[in-house]
Amino acid sequence: MSADPNSMLESRVARPDIARPGPPLWLLFELTYRCPLHCVFCYNPTDFLRTGAELATDDWLRVLREARALGSVQLGLSGGEPLVRDDLEIIVAEAHSLGFYTNLITSGVGLNESRIQALKAAGLDHIQLSFQDSTREMNDFLSSTRTFELKSKVAALIKKYDYPMVLNVVLHRLNIDHVEQILDMAEKFGADYVELANTQYYGWAQRNRDRLLPSREQLRRAEEVTQRFRQKPGQRMRIFFVVPDYFERRPKPCMNGLGSIFLTITPDGTALPCHAARMLPGIEFPNVRTSSVESVWYQSEGFNHFRGDSWMKEPCRSCPEKHKDFGGCRCQAYMLTGDAANADPVCDLSPHHHLVTEAVARAEALPRVEEKPLIFRDHR
Amino acid sequence: MTSIATSARPAIARGLRLQWEPAQQAHVLLYPEGMIKLNSSAGEIMKRCDGKRTLIDITADLEQAFAATGLAKDVEAFVAMAVDKHWLEIQP
Repeated sequence: MSADPNSMLESRVARPDIARPGPPLWLLFELTYRCPLHCVFCYNPTDFLRTGAELATDDWLRVLREARALGSVQLGLSGGEPLVRDDLEIIVAEAHSLGFYTNLITSGVGLNESRIQALKAAGLDHIQLSFQDSTREMNDFLSSTRTFELKSKVAALIKKYDYPMVLNVVLHRLNIDHVEQILDMAEKFGADYVELANTQYYGWAQRNRDRLLPSREQLRRAEEVTQRFRQKPGQRMRIFFVVPDYFERRPKPCMNGLGSIFLTITPDGTALPCHAARMLPGIEFPNVRTSSVESVWYQSEGFNHFRGDSWMKEPCRSCPEKHKDFGGCRCQAYMLTGDAANADPVCDLSPHHHLVTEAVARAEALPRVEEKPLIFRDHR
Repeated sequence: MTSIATSARPAIARGLRLQWEPAQQAHVLLYPEGMIKLNSSAGEIMKRCDGKRTLIDITADLEQAFAATGLAKDVEAFVAMAVDKHWLEIQP
């Protein structure tokens, strides 16, 4: 899965009026938390095993119809690994017939030729394939599996079935020095787009944060290599480099503001305004088993809570940039300061900004060879 | 900017999809994990870019549909911009 929810958002979509928010243009189905990989940078909740049973096929289809009627148009199918669900083709077919643009966000594990044929026939528009690194050793180490050869085969299948190929590689301290090899690999596979998405620190990634944060020097080199690659003659791939927000002085406009365009449905039917919002304390998020998508989006406390700016504290409340970045990420504010209504400490106007600069400094100071083990996303 | 021959036959680029969205009252261009909302004139031009009609056909059709004249320059400028942005491609 993509570790960078924000890279999926099209910033041309204007901030809708608060009184009547626009439709949930972007619908993300996290179909399952089950996954054959165990990535150290996964943003899934670390207690995913304690969430409820997965929605049944009919529930997903009903949510599709209700969301489409409200105006949802982009559908992401993610997880966990969405290919684990054997009703994926049914969900894609219904989404396609309703007029969704359907995006499968996958590790590739489980995508064989008969499956891709069935998905193509169902009307799937696009496949985003994740890689952990450019070599078998590092890919397999970082995902704690043996999947590199398999992913290479899947990349060939994606080309064979005439899909635009989007490769997603989550970057961090352990692979960011391999950006050149990663781009060479992407070029060899015939990728159309490459997302070099620096890790965002949620879920498992947050637990491993201090060992995943790159140094400033690593980051600078990776950007330089990327820029050089973009300028190579005859180079046709479009390369997106998503800077880790810990190195910024202003926060990202997370989700374009919560409840603005983005709706996630988690495996157990809980509806969230962002992938990670379940962690926010004191806010009850609705469930599509018992609520219609319309009431989830327009009426629920969970979705209205962070709309507008009345929830903001200083320095956001009086900040001239508050409608540009909406105070940044609520989850990051909560994780780092204990209060979800605080400014995202990535912002250097935040009184908590030192928490971010200290984390970066600690990561800089860490020796290159680690003794403390990484925590692989695990089912045990 | 690319210059476009009046005999060129523009089409929606591979991997993109143009459709009318009632909820947005607009044509949108859909592509992997993204969307561009088109204003009404862009939508009217793009929906005629089917890879069969030439720039001349598209202009004539628009002038008839909107009882207007002298649209050729605007159509050409838009198509050139859209080709540069990889929204449209020119059919050989």
